[in-house]
Amino acid sequence: MSMLLLEGLLRLPLTERAPAPGEAALAELAAGVGRTARRRLGRSLSIREIDAGSCNGCELEIHALGNAFYDLERFGLRFVASPRHADVLLVTGPVTANMREALERTWRATPDPKWVVALGDCARDGGCFRDSYAVVGGVAAVVPVDLHIPGCPPRPIAILEGLLALLEPPAGGSRQPG
Amino acid sequence: MAGLNDLLGQGRRVERHAPWPRALVDAAMWERVAAEIAEGAWTLLGLWGDTGAVHMALLDEPAGAVGVITLDCPAGRFPSVARHHPPALRLERAAADLFGLQPDGLPDPRPWLDHGRWGVRHPLGDRAPASPDGQAYPFLASEGESLHQIPVGPVHAGIIEPGHFRFTANGETMVRLEERLGYVHKGIEGLMAGAGLDHAVRLAGRTSGDSSVAYALAAARAAEAALAIAPPPRAVWLRALMAELERLANHFGDVGAVCNDAAFALMHAHCGILRERVLRAADACFGHRLMRDRIVPGGVAADLDEAGTREIRALVAEARRHFPALVRLYDGTASLQDRTVGTGTLRPALARLYGAGGHVGRASGRAFDARRALAYPPYDALAFEVPVLQEGDVNARVWIRIREVEQSLSLVEQIVAGLPAGALRVAVTPADEPREGMAVVEAFRGDVLAWLRLAADGTVARCHLRDASWFQWPLLEAVIEGNIVADFPLCNKSFNCSYSGHDL
Repeated sequence: MSMLLLEGLLRLPLTERAPAPGEAALAELAAGVGRTARRRLGRSLSIREIDAGSCNGCELEIHALGNAFYDLERFGLRFVASPRHADVLLVTGPVTANMREALERTWRATPDPKWVVALGDCARDGGCFRDSYAVVGGVAAVVPVDLHIPGCPPRPIAILEGLLALLEPPAGGSRQPG
Repeated sequence: MAGLNDLLGQGRRVERHAPWPRALVDAAMWERVAAEIAEGAWTLLGLWGDTGAVHMALLDEPAGAVGVITLDCPAGRFPSVARHHPPALRLERAAADLFGLQPDGLPDPRPWLDHGRWGVRHPLGDRAPASPDGQAYPFLASEGESLHQIPVGPVHAGIIEPGHFRFTANGETMVRLEERLGYVHKGIEGLMAGAGLDHAVRLAGRTSGDSSVAYALAAARAAEAALAIAPPPRAVWLRALMAELERLANHFGDVGAVCNDAAFALMHAHCGILRERVLRAADACFGHRLMRDRIVPGGVAADLDEAGTREIRALVAEARRHFPALVRLYDGTASLQDRTVGTGTLRPALARLYGAGGHVGRASGRAFDARRALAYPPYDALAFEVPVLQEGDVNARVWIRIREVEQSLSLVEQIVAGLPAGALRVAVTPADEPREGMAVVEAFRGDVLAWLRLAADGTVARCHLRDASWFQWPLLEAVIEGNIVADFPLCNKSFNCSYSGHDL
């Protein structure tokens, strides 16, 4: 173990430079999120992930955010185990009929102010599962959504761009509290 | 003992079913076969509903032979297989939910995938409107002094898929785990019915995100078997390259994640780097980190160029450089071994009874690997070993993955070195008559079965996908007994069953 730790000390970090917040994500947020909420939360955001029916592809890429290349926590973003501790609900999947109530209850258990980020193509409108008897639709069909990050699944860097947009004020613009 | 062909010869052979035979049988023979499965004569490979019929796939393990028997159910009933052979239980409950086919004598008639939320009953059979308000689910009773229950899920504390676990414990010791699944049921088989083949294969690739390649491969191979189409050799080899990259990514991730559940974060961090390197190589070579939609009916949708070949070789070299040190770290850390050795032990007899695939079966003495037992191309032309252990504990399931990483690295090298030149895809044309096909493919967690019937115009009339998890989830319930609550995450991660692949 000591060799591994030593190598880790001597080697340059694998961690990549921070991406700029996604342009599209910023524009979407500018319409929906208030400055007050941001000031209250500061830079640190606690995220509760909810799989509301995903194939698990999005979860794999969310997991990747924690690896040495993306190192999510350096931005003050961290995943928490309970919605009671969360500022952000990161929701994946088409919302299945069997998960609808669990998603609603998790949202209600999250204290205000809170943001909902819908992650992946299915989370927008149900994606390729939209027309199924077992699917309610996108996340917005069940809880209000502030930001959508597209992709099937989104690459980790795209997820990071979207989440950083929650922290960064839009360039040059003042924003009315939402 | 007579072989599977003799058995199917006693029924009425169904034409245009490939590559393995299918036969119609009567109720008496259906029951007799169920009893033979319970005695170990055959391995149950799958059981699924159809319009007015129920199918059962059988495996003759020593002979590497597969066959399907079908029972017509004009009255919507069939003799329960689970009454003889418990591994069929959840499959029959699912067939009852989706098609309204009633298994006579079913030991557990509770619904399984249907939580009373769809607004419809029997969505794939005779549909009937239903209230979408949900039904209370009666959990099995545990009786005794000082027992308490711990309900967990469907929303879990970590970033994992949804499902409900009901633990009953006496202090720290678990006396029963009961799983309730179906939360991520998306109705994939319903969406496939009537879909074009290309779209159906894309849906298959979204059945379980970690097995995108394996599912697309299984569905494509089933369709190609039905239509008697052979994809070009280069496509066959590229498919295997993608499948092995997928296996490597998942095994690296799992080895790290098991250790992380014992709070040994160092392994997790280093294995996470290796996993990320595999996904980046996949992205560089094929344009998608999970290689989604790269396997299509008739071949593949992405080629490997010179730069990609260099990328793959560099990946193999990198993994060979770093992984052995991680294996030594795993093996030499007593506090970690203390958590994994002797934890969550699956007895070989139970693994055999359930036909457990993947690392779950192979860590408990069941040597089945579809790449070897069914030898689909190009694995018939590649050299690899199928590691098998007898211990059946968390440690053995980690070691199977470690050994399989070594085998997959070798397979990747062999594929890149021997990759044939030529076309990537052949045209897929409808057969102008109904056709049926099936395939069994080795995903990282075990065998995926795909069965489909194509209509004369080439669209999918019915497609069934059976994840390895169907036979692994019940075993997780079995191995938990007598372990402490805190070891559940280790046991669970060492199985790493799919929720979405199971719920479908």
